[in-house]
Amino acid sequence: MKNKVFSSFDEAVADISDGASIVTECWGLTGMSQNLIAAVKEKGVKDLTLITHNFIPLVFFGEGEIANLTILLPQLKKLITPVVGLQYLGAGAFVQEYVEKGLEVELTSHGTLASRLYAGAAGLGGIYNPVGVGTILEEGKEKREIDGKEFILEKPIRPDYAFIRAHKADKMGNLIYRGVYRADQPVMAMAARTTIAEVDEVVEIGEIDPEHVVTPSVFVDRIVKVPDDAFGSTKRIKEIIGKMGENELIRSLLFR
Amino acid sequence: MKEKLDREVIAMRAAKELKYGDCVNLGIGIPNLCAHFIPEGVLFQTENGALGYGPLIREDEIENAEQYYVDAGGKFWTPVPGMSIFDIVTSFAMIRSGRLTTILGGLQVSETGDLANWSTGGGALGGTIGGGMDLAVGAKKVIITLEHTTKEGAPKILTKCTYPLTAQKCVNFVITDLAVIEVTGSGLVLKEVAPGWTADEVQALTEPRLILADDLKEIDLE
Repeated sequence: MKNKVFSSFDEAVADISDGASIVTECWGLTGMSQNLIAAVKEKGVKDLTLITHNFIPLVFFGEGEIANLTILLPQLKKLITPVVGLQYLGAGAFVQEYVEKGLEVELTSHGTLASRLYAGAAGLGGIYNPVGVGTILEEGKEKREIDGKEFILEKPIRPDYAFIRAHKADKMGNLIYRGVYRADQPVMAMAARTTIAEVDEVVEIGEIDPEHVVTPSVFVDRIVKVPDDAFGSTKRIKEIIGKMGENELIRSLLFR
Repeated sequence: MKEKLDREVIAMRAAKELKYGDCVNLGIGIPNLCAHFIPEGVLFQTENGALGYGPLIREDEIENAEQYYVDAGGKFWTPVPGMSIFDIVTSFAMIRSGRLTTILGGLQVSETGDLANWSTGGGALGGTIGGGMDLAVGAKKVIITLEHTTKEGAPKILTKCTYPLTAQKCVNFVITDLAVIEVTGSGLVLKEVAPGWTADEVQALTEPRLILADDLKEIDLE
């Protein structure tokens, strides 16, 4: 059996080169593959295409506390996402200077992105989508009436790499998630050509009940265990949440 | 100056549209406040993959917040028996198959039920699309909560939206600080007005012509 367990994040991203496309999850703090993101930052590859559900500057946290997705901004050529920034923090204003320097931003919706990734995963030529009809999302796309209803053609997305933050992997690469960490990740793992997972725990083959496997091993190429003191470890996230009460902005946004 | 309803009361009125067994996805802003008024037996859904979760964690309970249990707006919730957790493909199958009711915020609503709620213009980066388009197109019932006019007093219920659209012909109910309006095939039907307001006064702050419901009444604040 091919060894999928890597001992470092640097090693796991070693073959990522300039121009690569990467899909990864971000719903605020949850589900982010922070250590893989930090490794790509460190590696300095450029002209990347990043596909994600939310591209939000997590201004609430101190530098060094988390490796947020937006640290990759200077390395991007293209961004595909439904959310750039937060409305009350000026939405996409924080990427404006990069757009002026050539960053391309392709907007989409959450559901459309999920379906485009599924189309990429399943080898489909695209999807006919009712979402976006009559909006800016239909610009330049084929429109078609099916059974009296209007649809627009959305093309599949098949990224070079997926960065996945899972709870547990067995040495085969079978993955299970915890809570809403699951979200976008199973379809991202299926859509990418190479899938790299950072996980809380690596267990022996047979220790995950096959009935509970969410992402089957065939979709997973590399696994790295997140050390206790690394970005996004259970311990670190607990500490960050513990400190949330001290921050007035977080209190007003998340707890009122 | 006559009093308009505050945001909590708009949320309370919107929550009355839900009944036992409904599954609901709440947008950010006034819709979030609906959570405090939802009747028993209504299940909450969030785009990032959970249905039937418990109450949101409040300020005095931050120590109970868990990273695994957050909604699409980043708010923490409490896990409860009977809830389910699933991936985003499943989540949007739920959303686009007409199984949910959604309560969303709005910037503008048109006479024909078009919704604009993601951007006031300012180019593609002037707002965030998120899951609003999917919900507006896919939900079985779309309820929009908003203030009836802008801060400057201009109507937000228009003949045609001027801001970029979220979706066409998607809105079923509009609930504002002045009125409850149903979008029908023949136009906008004024069903309820805020206490102390007349239909004519509401009409004066609304661009398209309102059809008065036969049983037009005051919004019940109880």
